[in-house]
Amino acid sequence: MSTLLKMRVTVRTVYGLLNSFRVIRSHECTCAHGCNASRSFTTGRILHNKFYKDLENQFNAVRDKVVDALPGSQWSPFEINPNLPPERADIVIIGGGVIGWSIAYWLKKKERVRDGVKVIVVEKDPTYSQASTVLSAGGIRQQFSLTENIQLSLASADFLRNVNDHLGVLNQEAVDLQFNHSGYLFLAKESVAHIMEENYSTQRLAGAKVALLSPMQLKEKFPWINTEGVALASYGLENEGWFDPWTLLNAFRKKAISMGVIQSIGEVTGWLKAKRISLRFSSDEHFSNVDIRMPNSLEYQPVECAIVVNAAGAFSAKLVDMMGIGTGAKDTLSGLSLPVEPRKRFIYVVNCPDGPGLDCPFLVDYSGIYFRREGLGGNYIAGTSPEEDMEPDVRNLDVDHEFFNEKVWPSLAHRVPAFECLKVTSAWAGYYDYNTFDQNAVLGIHPLAQNMYFATGFSGHGLQHSPAAGRAVAELILDGRYQTLDLTGLGFQRIMSKEPMLEKNIV
Amino acid sequence: MAAPLMPLQRFCKLASLHLCVRRRLWSSSGATPPSLYKRLLLALTQRFYDVEILLNWRTQLKSKALHKKNAYYHFTQEHYGDNIASAYFVLNMQGAFRYAGQSEWFRSDSSGTFSWDFVNQKDSVLEEVDLSHTVINQIGLGNLVGNPLHTLLLRGCHEVDDWALARLHVFQDTLEELDISCCPHITIGGLAALRNLKGLRRLNVSSLPRLCSPGLVIILLEEMLPLCQVTATGYDLSLTQLGGNVDEEDHGEVKLSLGQG
Ligand SMILES: Cc1cc2nc3c(=O)[nH]c(=O)nc-3n(C[C@H](O)[C@H](O)[C@H](O)COP(=O)(O)OP(=O)(O)OC[C@H]3O[C@@H](n4cnc5c(N)ncnc54)[C@H](O)[C@@H]3O)c2cc1C
Repeated sequence: MSTLLKMRVTVRTVYGLLNSFRVIRSHECTCAHGCNASRSFTTGRILHNKFYKDLENQFNAVRDKVVDALPGSQWSPFEINPNLPPERADIVIIGGGVIGWSIAYWLKKKERVRDGVKVIVVEKDPTYSQASTVLSAGGIRQQFSLTENIQLSLASADFLRNVNDHLGVLNQEAVDLQFNHSGYLFLAKESVAHIMEENYSTQRLAGAKVALLSPMQLKEKFPWINTEGVALASYGLENEGWFDPWTLLNAFRKKAISMGVIQSIGEVTGWLKAKRISLRFSSDEHFSNVDIRMPNSLEYQPVECAIVVNAAGAFSAKLVDMMGIGTGAKDTLSGLSLPVEPRKRFIYVVNCPDGPGLDCPFLVDYSGIYFRREGLGGNYIAGTSPEEDMEPDVRNLDVDHEFFNEKVWPSLAHRVPAFECLKVTSAWAGYYDYNTFDQNAVLGIHPLAQNMYFATGFSGHGLQHSPAAGRAVAELILDGRYQTLDLTGLGFQRIMSKEPMLEKNIV
Repeated sequence: MAAPLMPLQRFCKLASLHLCVRRRLWSSSGATPPSLYKRLLLALTQRFYDVEILLNWRTQLKSKALHKKNAYYHFTQEHYGDNIASAYFVLNMQGAFRYAGQSEWFRSDSSGTFSWDFVNQKDSVLEEVDLSHTVINQIGLGNLVGNPLHTLLLRGCHEVDDWALARLHVFQDTLEELDISCCPHITIGGLAALRNLKGLRRLNVSSLPRLCSPGLVIILLEEMLPLCQVTATGYDLSLTQLGGNVDEEDHGEVKLSLGQG
């Protein structure tokens, strides 16, 4: 009976609602013509209604507050920053450069179930104003002396060739890396020609398509080069050239985010250490929390995590110092620090309408200078590494324009006479993530910090190795060992035992 | 009662929204807008993981099939020799070829059948190959290595991209004529690799949809390959356009370098 009554009531209210709706409509109509007249009759009731409405609203507000404040709810007396990273994650990657995002992508690619690992990438500067990735020259080559580096490059070239199979996101534009297949051309003088020959055989053995050229052949193939002083040249025929670093970085980032990686803008400023005593009574460090400070504020969020990946590029050693590792006595394990430091390198954009044009490869001269074509408008970019004792100040990214006139231009004009008249149109500087020990990447864990993985120290060839290096680190983390490429040689072991893996082809 | 219908209704709205918006499936080749069917699939993908996974599987299967077609003919090569393997590959791709020193062309008909006469010529090598409108890619070109190719026609090949052009250096001593017109994926980055083909006499780069400022590119190509006659039709090369493009290019450069500096 009572339900029946209720139903009737609802029916009536619905009817009433419909009715009132109609009334309002007609009201609106009359309003357009003359509002004032119709209003005067109803003021009393409106006031009356308003009082009850207000009271009701007040009650509702009080009730909401009480519910919020009950234990177990999300309410807190402080305002919460919605950009804070989550409090817990499985893996925190520090550094959102190309290396960091590549690792994030591969971790997600390798996870067996959806959302199997929770990965956060922490980047302090979303504009990437100082990141090496976007300030690099964008080159990729197989012409290294170390097998590991050659293999990394070959695997990365394969990745770049199929970049849309890897990094294409459904419903988005295809990735266009703007890859220029112009090859690298290395020139050697008499005293180092034998090293070039050695490297050539290592490269061929690893499967790289490289050709050696005598000065005669060089002149024939590149008539605009002055071959004076050149004893031998090696030229990459396939998989070498340059591409747009921004596009690769963005593609990695977009794909990783689409796969569920969490991006967090903030700077890692501290750690919480938990010492673990192992059975052998030696203790090692274990990081359980990473403190992430929000940009432009003092607010920070501790993130509890199982594994930390240090991919902070040129500034990765700063993070290690922060951990207090490497402060111990020299020649002991606790005195083993990360030998990576920022080194400033300049790149100059020059305009030379009579330059080599479309014919121009990425040329690396034995004097240390390098240049390549940039676009089609007669522009080229050039640079060189300063001598060890002339390293520029790394506190800022200011460009030393004298350096071009003194160190770059003379060699440039000597090698390519057309460059005698050129105009510098702009220039920029970036930081090499320079490994002072042997100019090669450091991959893997520090013997004292069992849950921190390193992927840094690439010393000027990190961009081209990022796809394969990211895969390698993801394998180390998820599988416990390398699966596709054996990069054990690039681990911390070599620094501990003081056996550098020297790379001869450093640009 | 309306509750269970709500998501469906919302989804329909969403779907119609997506159908209206012109978007591209990344695997689609390029400039043409996707069909209604594709757009419907996209809308479904946004909503259901399973559709996304199915779509991904489909692309994977497609690329596997492509890979299989272009795979190295190891078996044939071991049993019959390099040149027969190359010839077999070309015919399987529904292409055509001519042996050196002969005038007869071997080709497969539209249904993919061909006569097996070519097997009897173990010592001949391929001189001219026409693989136009086939699915040959960078890997497949490896099957032709070892033949002193004079002519290679790759007109309208969807899978020929810049990486494939970079691979052409394997014919650098012999190749005289190359046709890569109407290949939808070729850009200036791949054309630069043609510098290795110094013996090239005739090059056809007509109607490459992804080529920016074609006027300038043609001039640069002629500069790079001085002995080569470059054919480029299908572009609007009126003077105003050429000038405009050069200008644009210049500005682009300056902006880029400033952005990086
Ligand atoms: C002038 C120049 C030319 C180069 N040319 C080439 C080339 O031709 N080919 C090639 O392969 N490589 C080249 N490189 C090298 C290449 O750019 C680097 O090796 C590569 O980009 C390293 O990538 P990364 O991700 O490790 O570092 P980065 O791109 O520097 O990324 C590290 C990121 O970590 C962030 N970060 C640092 N500390 C913290 C913290 N505490 N908390 C949160 N975030 C942090 C930084 O903001 C930065 O964005 C060149 C480099 C330079 C400078």
